[in-house]
Amino acid sequence: MPETVTTPSDSASARPASTSGATIQLENLTKSYPGSPSPAVEDVSMDIKAGETVILVGPSGCGKSTTLKMINRLIEPTSGRIRIGDEDVTDMDPVKLRRKIGYAIQSSGLFPHMTVAENIALVPKMTGWSKSGVKDRVEEMLDLVGLDPREFHGRYPRQLSGGQQQRVGVARALAADPPVLLMDEPFGAVDPITRDHLQDELIRLQHELHKTIVFVTHDFDEAIKLGDRIAVLRERSHIAQFDTPEAILTNPTDDFVSGFVGAGAALKRLNLTRVRDVGIADFPTVTVEDPLQSIFNKLRDGQHNELLMLDRRNRPYKWLRRGDLMRAKGSLARAGQLVHDTVTRDATLHDALEAVLTDSGGRVAVTGRRGEFIGVVDMQTLMNSVQELLEADRLAAMEHEHDLEELRSHRTEQELEGGDGGL
Amino acid sequence: MNFWEYLGTRHQQLLTDTYQHASAVFQCMVIATLLGVLIGVISYRSGWGGSLAITSTSAILTIPSLAAIGLLIPLVGLGVPPTVIILTLYGLLPIVRNCIVGLRGVDPALVDAAKGIGMSRARRLLKVELPLAWPPILTGIRVSTQMLMGIAAIAAYASGPGLGNEIFRGLASLGSANAINQVLAGTIGIVILALLFDAAYVLLGRLTISRGIRA
Ligand SMILES: Nc1ncnc2c1ncn2[C@@H]1O[C@H](COP(=O)(O)OP(=O)(O)O)[C@@H](O)[C@H]1O
Ligand SMILES: [Mg+2]
Repeated sequence: MPETVTTPSDSASARPASTSGATIQLENLTKSYPGSPSPAVEDVSMDIKAGETVILVGPSGCGKSTTLKMINRLIEPTSGRIRIGDEDVTDMDPVKLRRKIGYAIQSSGLFPHMTVAENIALVPKMTGWSKSGVKDRVEEMLDLVGLDPREFHGRYPRQLSGGQQQRVGVARALAADPPVLLMDEPFGAVDPITRDHLQDELIRLQHELHKTIVFVTHDFDEAIKLGDRIAVLRERSHIAQFDTPEAILTNPTDDFVSGFVGAGAALKRLNLTRVRDVGIADFPTVTVEDPLQSIFNKLRDGQHNELLMLDRRNRPYKWLRRGDLMRAKGSLARAGQLVHDTVTRDATLHDALEAVLTDSGGRVAVTGRRGEFIGVVDMQTLMNSVQELLEADRLAAMEHEHDLEELRSHRTEQELEGGDGGL
Repeated sequence: MNFWEYLGTRHQQLLTDTYQHASAVFQCMVIATLLGVLIGVISYRSGWGGSLAITSTSAILTIPSLAAIGLLIPLVGLGVPPTVIILTLYGLLPIVRNCIVGLRGVDPALVDAAKGIGMSRARRLLKVELPLAWPPILTGIRVSTQMLMGIAAIAAYASGPGLGNEIFRGLASLGSANAINQVLAGTIGIVILALLFDAAYVLLGRLTISRGIRA
């Protein structure tokens, strides 16, 4: 890349281009710990695409961490090969290898005797970045994970909340801009609300960065939320199913997987679709600044039973029904029902359904980035979309089956014809 | 002659003895610390290695220091050599033990994280494990120093340097005019030195233990 001179404002606003993901191929990986009769991980093969988020999910002790740690060779495989971006790294110097692979773990793994900035600076320093480069990078990473650099720079890990520590852990893992990020139950130790935030943040980050992420969890809902593809693992890391969340939800291969998916697969499906993907309907509105008479007229001329009143900044304020004004004796201040819940276009259908179910009118207002009114989603729309979704999933699953079937018979044919024993 | 008059007339000699006492303890502590941490670093990762290091250093401690010095004299002669050897050996135990305990106490998840982000073995030790084990090591150094203050007095038996000379002279001439004054001066000198060293360690702790892990 040619060197270019950038003005300070340029470099502050635009992030330098980051390295995006690399492919990862695991070939017949096996790990036997000394002294235990059966291997902890047995013959795992997996192709992970560049820029993909793959979740390894499975019961405790099934070998998820062992599998993950073989990718950066914290655990040396007993047999099998690991390729990252077409390079066989099975015999590479592990210290060098690990500097190209971000690693974030459950307890955040921050070094308590170093400040936040020192923790983040570790890998860039080791890989020989210039002093000023490291300094800028630290600020940038803090910014990226949503922490104010001025405030958090000099703090020690124990002065941070669990969620903040986890953010710094992710910042440290990404600091040297590795193409691959390995995460071992990184959000396992924080409270559910913080976990939800951190998951959203990770989705946003990945949207910007396109790293290849391998993420371990035992929480299937987390897997659904974060994964482009999910590998459901059974004991010894045997892959029970490796597919998109949609496919696993609608078409689990066997009882083990469906047991793991748990009850309510259709409900979980709601977490995979966003409000922006379903029909957002128009709704008649008035604003608090409209004259009382025009509001009356609008309600009385029979077209609408209900209006949504917006405040001065176009945010949903009150639901007004025909009759409300009568009962309130013409006083707008007392009439109608305050809007108590709204959703954004990025909310999941699950959130929208929740809001709709708790709303007496059976609908929820959708708002934009500054809270301004966009439209509404109601029960009927949601039901229709969910049914369409499930139907589409079922079709896709059948098609997939069909493809596999064809591939299989094709292979058998070839084997029968060829018979040269090339392998 | 009362005690103050004694101090007044002998202060030159006393200061020299005090200085030599402090200097002997300090220098032997430096050697004991380096050796102790080295032994700790070499042995902490192996179960039996660590036990061996702790057992053998504590075996040294069970030998009465006076006897040990007596045994050393035929081997290395009188004066400084037996003093240095005895002080260093006795100073090792608390340091070795605390170093091993401290290094073993480092959270395995942190060691895992250090490996995981690509730190080499040496860097891990210097940047993560030793800094985290430093508070207990420093405690070991403090304990050692206190102990060596007393043991150094015994070195005078082998004609070593330090305040022990005052004490031994006093003990040898019990009943004479200045005997008690001599013993008292030597003992008080050692106590004051011990307190000064301890204060220095508190300061050293402030300066060298990261704020992130200070109690
Ligand atoms: N260092 C080790 N030595 C021996 N056995 C181990 C070691 N680490 C993990 N195991 C065993 O390997 C199996 C898989 O462990 P792990 O990969 O940590 O599972 P998970 O992360 O899915 O909970 C478990 O039965 C565990 O007891
Ligand atoms: Mg695990």
